[in-house]
Amino acid sequence: MSLEWIVKIVSENWQMFLRGAGVTLYISLIGTVVGAIIGLIAGVIRTIPAPEHGVKKWFLLFVNFLLSVYIEFFRGTPMIVQAMVIYYGSALAFGVNIEVMAAALIVVSINTGAYMAEIVRGGIVSVDKGQFEAAQAIGMNHLQTMMNVVLPQVVRNILPATGNQFVINIKDTSVLNVISVSELYFLTKSVAGNNFRYFESFFVACVIYFVMTFAVTRILLYFERRLEGPDNYTMVRGEEMQPAK
Amino acid sequence: METVIDIQHLNKSFGTHEVLKDISFSVNKGEVMTIIGSSGSGKSTLLRCINLLEKPSGGEIIYNGENILDDKHDIPTYRRHLGMVFQQFNLFTNHNVLKNCTVGQIKVLGRSKEEAEKVAMKYLKIVGMDQYINAKPKQLSGGQKQRVAIARALSMEPDVLLFDEPTSALDPEMVGEVLKVMKELAMSGLTMLIVTHEMEFAKEVSDRVVFMDKGIIAEEGSPEQIFNNPQQDRTREFLKRTFKVVY
Ligand SMILES: Nc1ncnc2c1ncn2[C@@H]1O[C@H](COP(=O)(O)OP(=O)(O)O)[C@@H](O)[C@H]1O
Ligand SMILES: [Mg+2]
Repeated sequence: MSLEWIVKIVSENWQMFLRGAGVTLYISLIGTVVGAIIGLIAGVIRTIPAPEHGVKKWFLLFVNFLLSVYIEFFRGTPMIVQAMVIYYGSALAFGVNIEVMAAALIVVSINTGAYMAEIVRGGIVSVDKGQFEAAQAIGMNHLQTMMNVVLPQVVRNILPATGNQFVINIKDTSVLNVISVSELYFLTKSVAGNNFRYFESFFVACVIYFVMTFAVTRILLYFERRLEGPDNYTMVRGEEMQPAK
Repeated sequence: METVIDIQHLNKSFGTHEVLKDISFSVNKGEVMTIIGSSGSGKSTLLRCINLLEKPSGGEIIYNGENILDDKHDIPTYRRHLGMVFQQFNLFTNHNVLKNCTVGQIKVLGRSKEEAEKVAMKYLKIVGMDQYINAKPKQLSGGQKQRVAIARALSMEPDVLLFDEPTSALDPEMVGEVLKVMKELAMSGLTMLIVTHEMEFAKEVSDRVVFMDKGIIAEEGSPEQIFNNPQQDRTREFLKRTFKVVY
């Protein structure tokens, strides 16, 4: 009977499952955060207004070209293949065997970065042009405009997409089992390999994946709501007419 | 009279469309200049060329004795000496009223937070928005937004303040509160260059009026001359059309 098997598998292997879930969450979280940072940096670079001429113009064009190649390439190939290429390729190219965990973090981060770069660019373009001009008009340069005016709005706007990417990563890190990263799928496979109860073992993994993605979705929703801020403001009157904190 | 900005033979084309043709005039310190003219005559483009939101196609803009269109001039450094008030307010929606007025001072002018807030409060008080420092832009009416935008520009203590139709996006009942603030600023000796369709206002506050038509300055003179005794047919026609529409 399956249910008994499930109880037995959980009670005997709960530490494995927990460890697998922890590794999966860890890689997904780091990958999403680093990916978002890569995306923000790429977005800022790709929206630098083109200088009229000179070396700067060509340098910027070149950097933008490299960024496009990166984005297109990582969006256009499966992560499972990227993992293999980066893990085995780094050994060939640099003669170093990077640790599987390092390879895993690198793959998920730069893969996420490629998607986030597009999302961030969309977010930057959606901030109304007037605010860019107002920032320029008070003498801000591109970086100051981005840091003080545009990115805070972009970060808020792309939060749902970033959360979505996090959820995708939780699920897609399972492909990292091809380079033997001890995430949830990989450890479940080894549990199932020991007891030959494939359905029951993977059913447990399935529930754990769902709990993780569901919890993450809810938590992010909560933060999105909070970021919207209060609907009201307080008027400042009389003697207390001081800048409020 | 001390010249703040001197525009010489300014041209601007978008593709083959020549929008500004050989524009020359100067703005003197403490002077209020208004630019009037029908829609599409190039008034906004002229203001945007002056603070380089558009790059002029030719001519010179002399500031502090130097042509700032020379390559060697750093555009952001020049822009901090000019203030701009936009038709659509363009407040920073992620910041509250106070921060809208301090962020430029802190990041661009390098003022301390305390000093920046003191300066901001001074100008917010002048525009009557000092009670709203904690409000976000989306919580304000159009007139309030524009008054905050004026305070933001003033907080940078610019040499000249440019206004591009500051009341055109406002509901009629809010036009008055913004014009009142602008009148007070004009009286206080601030150097202002104002594009407006508010003819009564222009008549009242201007030291000089420029009438633009199809990308050129068709007539320039005292408000007395432009409104009561225009020298050019085009000016007469424009005023006739405008006042017929208004009244
Ligand atoms: N970015 C642009 N690209 C092309 N044409 C433009 C652009 N901005 C303005 N124009 C054209 O320049 C002319 C003058 O516009 P504008 O300066 O906005 O006039 P005004 O402010 O007097 O109404 C118009 O014909 C307008 O279509
Ligand atoms: Mg205009």
